[in-house]
Order: sequence, then structure tokens, then C-alpha cells
Amino acid sequence: MENLLNIFVKSIFIDNMIFAYFLGMCSYLAVSKKYKTAAGLGMAVIFVLGITIPLNWLAYNFLLKEGALTWISEDFASIDLEVLKFIVFIAIVAAFVQLTEMAVEKFSPSLYNSLGIFLPLIAVNCSILGGALFLPTRDYEFIEALTFGLGSGIGWFLAVVSLAAIREKMAYADVPKPLRGLGITFIIVGLMAFGFMSFGGFELPFKNKEQQQAELEKTSQDTENVEEVSVANFSE
Amino acid sequence: MSTETLEKEVKEVKKTSEPLLSKKRKALLTNPLDEDNPITIQVLGICSALAVTVALKPTLVMAIAVTAVLVLANVVISALRNTIPNRIRIIVQLVVVASLVAIVDQVLKAYSYDVWKELSVFIGLIITNCIVMGRLEAFALGNKPWDAMLDGLGNSFGYAWIILAIAFFRELTGSGKLFGVKVLPDGYIGNGVMMSPAGACILLGILIWVIRSRNGYVED
Repeated sequence: MENLLNIFVKSIFIDNMIFAYFLGMCSYLAVSKKYKTAAGLGMAVIFVLGITIPLNWLAYNFLLKEGALTWISEDFASIDLEVLKFIVFIAIVAAFVQLTEMAVEKFSPSLYNSLGIFLPLIAVNCSILGGALFLPTRDYEFIEALTFGLGSGIGWFLAVVSLAAIREKMAYADVPKPLRGLGITFIIVGLMAFGFMSFGGFELPFKNKEQQQAELEKTSQDTENVEEVSVANFSE
Repeated sequence: MSTETLEKEVKEVKKTSEPLLSKKRKALLTNPLDEDNPITIQVLGICSALAVTVALKPTLVMAIAVTAVLVLANVVISALRNTIPNRIRIIVQLVVVASLVAIVDQVLKAYSYDVWKELSVFIGLIITNCIVMGRLEAFALGNKPWDAMLDGLGNSFGYAWIILAIAFFRELTGSGKLFGVKVLPDGYIGNGVMMSPAGACILLGILIWVIRSRNGYVED
């Protein structure tokens, strides 16, 4: 339980999708002009992340990972379908988004009016696919993956709503003409990211990078092992 | 009916007789570099522009990867444009792009392993890079393969020069290096702000300011 809480808080504040990884920036910048639309898209992202991350976890652990197919037969223990992860993940995301859109349109027209227009946008939101692509590098259990998905969604929601609130106030500011719109928004996002960094216990970015590298090295060792195996198979 | 097809044929002939690099086509190639730049004007493909630009080397690899995917995807989708049903076009596009990205990912893993490790998830995220989807939707679905290829090249060069410019400043001020080679004197202490993505955000904001005050583009 402590572990889950840890992942939850971490994915909302410290590893925030926007401010730590800069995932989902396109729609983040595009919809943050008005508070209401920002909140709508934020809700949709929480919903979609909270469901597609566990779905992708299942796909990864029971289909793509090396030896994941052993639940069918022991003979498949050496099969590694990780090459296909991009196609499988994006297909799951796109199909789920399409299904949700159709279901929402049929059963709840009022929700569709407030949320529906954002759903197609979400299929190409980097944060959804990015969250799925983090799964192979992190050894989550199913329930941890669910927590991670929900937490990341809430983190994205917070980020987009706060930026939209700032941008609504910005309408009254006298910004130099060429800086208006995108330019000043980027600078604000940068400053907000500094603010969110303080959630990491005032850690310097260097330290974060070291941690990331340690993580990367760990995963690369794994993949090196995989490569050795495949090379061995090949030479046979 | 027959006259219609005849007219169409005449039109087709007219179009193919257009020189390979006419003025219009040159514009396809050069416009995205400045006045129609994917990052600073169209606001597409921001995620990778901020996340991978810590140093020049991974940025260069990323730019090449995006160029390969964008050009090939543009050509493929443009060649298929009359056979793709409109309702499922997004899924078709995603499948084409995802297959191309999987190929690029494997090639990088084989020939440039260190950089592949460094870029990690961001290679995969080319799939949802808005530049790719945006160009497919806006251009490749309505134009011929050759034009689509030029458009792809133009847009990926426009993307490449912006991310390379950001990476140049970030690597120079962040660690005093260029392409991993030390260029500033030994006493230089790296600027940690520039190494963090937040610094990249502010740098990109300033870059946009400079570019827009040069070409006179104003939002709203």
C-alpha cells in the first residue's frame, strides 16, 4: 500500500508527464487557452490513461515480453515479440479511444458534448503512448501500473488546468507582439516546470539525470542479455 | 461520364508536365524552414524538441529518424490516398507510421546503440509526434507522392534546424561541449538550468520570440 501511494504521488508531482518528461505538449499548448476546454481534455486524459495503461500492461506481459507466451505453451519461452510493441500499443490506444467515443456518444450525449470532441485528439497525445512505453523499463505489477496510469493522468490534468488559468489572466497583460501566444506560453511552462521541480525535494536536475542514467543502464543490461541470446540463436 | 474522365486525364497530363522543381514545389521545400515552420509557427512536435535536445549528437540522430519516418510516411499515405476509407484513416496512418518507426528503432539499435539507449522512449514517440500526423492529415491525403515527399523533406528540415539550434545552445551552456568535445575552457562550470527540460522550454520561448520578430508573424 505504501508502495502504491509512493507511485501515485510520484507520478502526479515528481514525474509529472508535462513538467518532468514533456509528454503531450502539443495538445497541452493547443487546448490551454480556455479553462473549461482544458478541464474537459484533462478529464478525458485521466480516463484514457487510467484504462489504457493497464490494458497495455496486460498486452506487454502476456504477449510481447520475452517468454510472455508461456501461458500458451512452454515451447514459446524463447519468443520475444518486443519489436511489435509500437504497433500493438498504438493499436490498443487508438481502438480504445474510438470505442469510448462511440460508447459515450450513444449512452451519454451530454458527456459527449463536453468530452467527446477531445477524444479523437487523445489518440495522438504523446502522454498516452509515452506512459505505455515506460512500462517495459519499469517493473510494475498490474495494480501498480493502474496506479501509475491514474496518477499520470491526474498530473497532466493539474498541469493543463493551471496553465489555462494563467493564460486566461494573461489576456490582460501587455506582452510584446512577437512573443504573444506560443512564445510567452513556453516561458511560463518553463517557470512552472521549475516550480514542480521543487516537489523532487529541491533536487538538482543533475541528480535526476544520474538516476535516469542508472535506470537506463539497468534496462540496457537487460536488453544486452536479450541480444546475446538472439545472437547465439542466430549463430546456431 | 466519358468526357469527365477525359478531362481528368487531361488534367493529370497537365500536372505531370509540371517541372519536377517548379516554383510551387520549391515553396513546399523552403516555406517550412521559416514562415511556416512546424515548431515555431504550426506548434507541432514540441515534446521531442524539448526532451531530446540535451546534447547535439542524440538530437542529430533524432532529426534524421524523424526525417526518414516523415518522408516515407508521407509518400506511402499519399500513394494510398485514394484507397483509404475516410472513417478509418487515422488508424491506417498510425499503423503505417508505427511500422516505419519500428524499422527505424531496430536500425538504430543495431548501428548506433548508445544513442538508441539515450533516446529510449522518444524514438517510439515519433509515432505520436504531431508533425508526422499533422502533415499526413493536412498534406499527404490530398496531394501526389512527389509533392508529399518534398513537403515531408521541407517540414523535417524545418524541425531539424530548430531542434539542432536548441541543442547547440543547451550543450554549449550546459556542459561547455559540442558533439561531446569540450570547447569552453576547463574553468567553465556547466549551467544546470540549461540541462533541465525547463531550461529548454525557456530557450525555445526566446527562440520563437526572435524568429517571429524577424518574420513578422503575430498570433491572434
